[in-house]
Amino acid sequence: MSIQSIIAHEQPDNFAFTAENEEKIATILAKYPEGRQASAVMPLLDLAQRQHQNWIPMKAIEHIANRLDMAEIRVLEVASFYTMYNLKPVGKWFLQACTTTPCMLRGADDMVRCIKDKLDISSGQTSECGHFTMLEVECLGACVNAPILQVNDDFYEDLDYQSTAELIEALAADTPPPIGSVIGRQGSEAESGATTLAKEKKTAKAGK
Amino acid sequence: MLADKDRIFTNIYGWHDAGLAGAKKRGDWDNTAAILARGHDDVVEEVKASGLRGRGGAGFPTGLKWSFMPKEVGNRPHYLVVNADESEPGTCKDRDIIRHEPHKLLEGCLVAGFAMRAHVAYIYIRGEFVNEARRLQSAIEEAYDAGLLGPDAAGSGWKFDIYLHRGAGAYICGEETALLESLEGKKGQPRLKPPFPAGVGLYGCPTTVNNVESIAVAPTILRRGGAWFAGLGKDNNTGTKLFCISGHVNKPCNVEEEMGIPLKELIEKHAGGVRGGWDNLLAIIPGGSSTPLMPKDVCETMTMDFDSLRAAGTGLGTAGIIVMDKSTDIVRAISRLSYFYKHESCGQCTPCREGTGWMWRMMDRLVRGEAEPHEIDTLEQVTRQVEGHTICALGDAAAWPIQGLIKHFRPEIERRIKAYQAMIQAAE
Repeated sequence: MSIQSIIAHEQPDNFAFTAENEEKIATILAKYPEGRQASAVMPLLDLAQRQHQNWIPMKAIEHIANRLDMAEIRVLEVASFYTMYNLKPVGKWFLQACTTTPCMLRGADDMVRCIKDKLDISSGQTSECGHFTMLEVECLGACVNAPILQVNDDFYEDLDYQSTAELIEALAADTPPPIGSVIGRQGSEAESGATTLAKEKKTAKAGK
Repeated sequence: MLADKDRIFTNIYGWHDAGLAGAKKRGDWDNTAAILARGHDDVVEEVKASGLRGRGGAGFPTGLKWSFMPKEVGNRPHYLVVNADESEPGTCKDRDIIRHEPHKLLEGCLVAGFAMRAHVAYIYIRGEFVNEARRLQSAIEEAYDAGLLGPDAAGSGWKFDIYLHRGAGAYICGEETALLESLEGKKGQPRLKPPFPAGVGLYGCPTTVNNVESIAVAPTILRRGGAWFAGLGKDNNTGTKLFCISGHVNKPCNVEEEMGIPLKELIEKHAGGVRGGWDNLLAIIPGGSSTPLMPKDVCETMTMDFDSLRAAGTGLGTAGIIVMDKSTDIVRAISRLSYFYKHESCGQCTPCREGTGWMWRMMDRLVRGEAEPHEIDTLEQVTRQVEGHTICALGDAAAWPIQGLIKHFRPEIERRIKAYQAMIQAAE
């Protein structure tokens, strides 16, 4: 795979971190021992992505390499190895649909089909309006709440065709619903309520 | 069934305050200085006595692992690294510890770090857990503000710092040496062992990498005693364990239970039973995607512990239980796992890089039956050529699910091949 195929064709001419992010960078660098500043490459790539509409331009790679005294290719290598760094623009709502076996068993196919029906996009594509990008991803680590759709930073859980459709409509209207289970269960407890920790549950209810 | 009084994670569902005030009410950070006052080696001995085996999948005795760290700190500092890169399909227990019981993890870091003479812990959390990382970071800040971390952690006289490091979407970083490479700012490609991390780990220094759950249970073990923990579960498979029950059950959930609990009881008591009843069960993957599946007749009497599952040719792994009922396309279910491993191979070792792709393409054809009968044996042979021939266990993890499928569902694969050939002949 050539590098040209994974990076954006149109690239900005320059990149600099905002003053607010500069402060964050100082905190990040302090986490690692002297001379080990390369450890900060992942957090800095993440910062750059968050600052730049959820994708990392090549100028940011260059900037981070200079900053951390790394060869540019080492930074690019990291940026292309890890799947969460976007080297091309994505829509405002980045939908990452988990389709690994535990989600598949609970109806991930319906979730993906709904996205296709509603937005006419398959994995790796951006909708015509430009607001939605969809990617089929590997296990998101929330299997007892499957299937999962990650929207930007947030997990929506226990989805089916209908609730996926409602979620997409809400996002299109810029009114994202509360994150977590769409069937209203809390965390990973069983839908009808947990089978353990009766006393804790009672005091929690009393507290609320 | 495990009694509530013996459950460690009393806020696993997040009903109560996950912050410091709530954690203290649950007994966290209660006189941690007294635990540390017992001395490094005494803490290690107590954890050894508990019989705790690593909760990340391999099941290596935790106390023994800690004892591999040098007894004297030379010119290289010691590090504790916590593996919170939870990504094994079927597994979602560490996420609950991090978002609902973060202080158990932080106190565990101090206790474990002290035991191995480390002053610094890094917690490496998977990148997708953005909200969980925020929660954990806020717990870290609370702990510093309260003096539980820092130059005199919890008034123990021991300097201790905890730093959170976020990953960015690479399953392989759950392999301990790949995790260390990643933490050093490189691609997550596993290192050859030896040298082992306890000798040469993070930044070339002595390091121990532990799973979140292993670390988070340590303070409770120290408070209630290794004998209490060892009294739960079975011989050599002691204590409590977080189980994740996903797939075709009526009520998927996470639950803390005793090690060695019968699988059937676990599913029926806590997860509402198999969808359509127990007799509608086809197969179960017992310990995360890499552990070979078990058909219903094996599940019938299976108990959930390291040794029983191992004896049955599979494993407890992470205790991520994936339940499949009779409606499951079993070949597709395993083929999807083959795709997962192909996607997540780091590309370093040839047998894995090439083998995972080869195995997935073969599996993809078998889903449709588009193969010759002898190719089942060829596939089985290829899994044997990948298994054990790579630097890390990802190659093994990609091979095992296929071996399990062929072992238990060969007639189903053969049926598909016949059906496909009949279809072709009819078309001609």
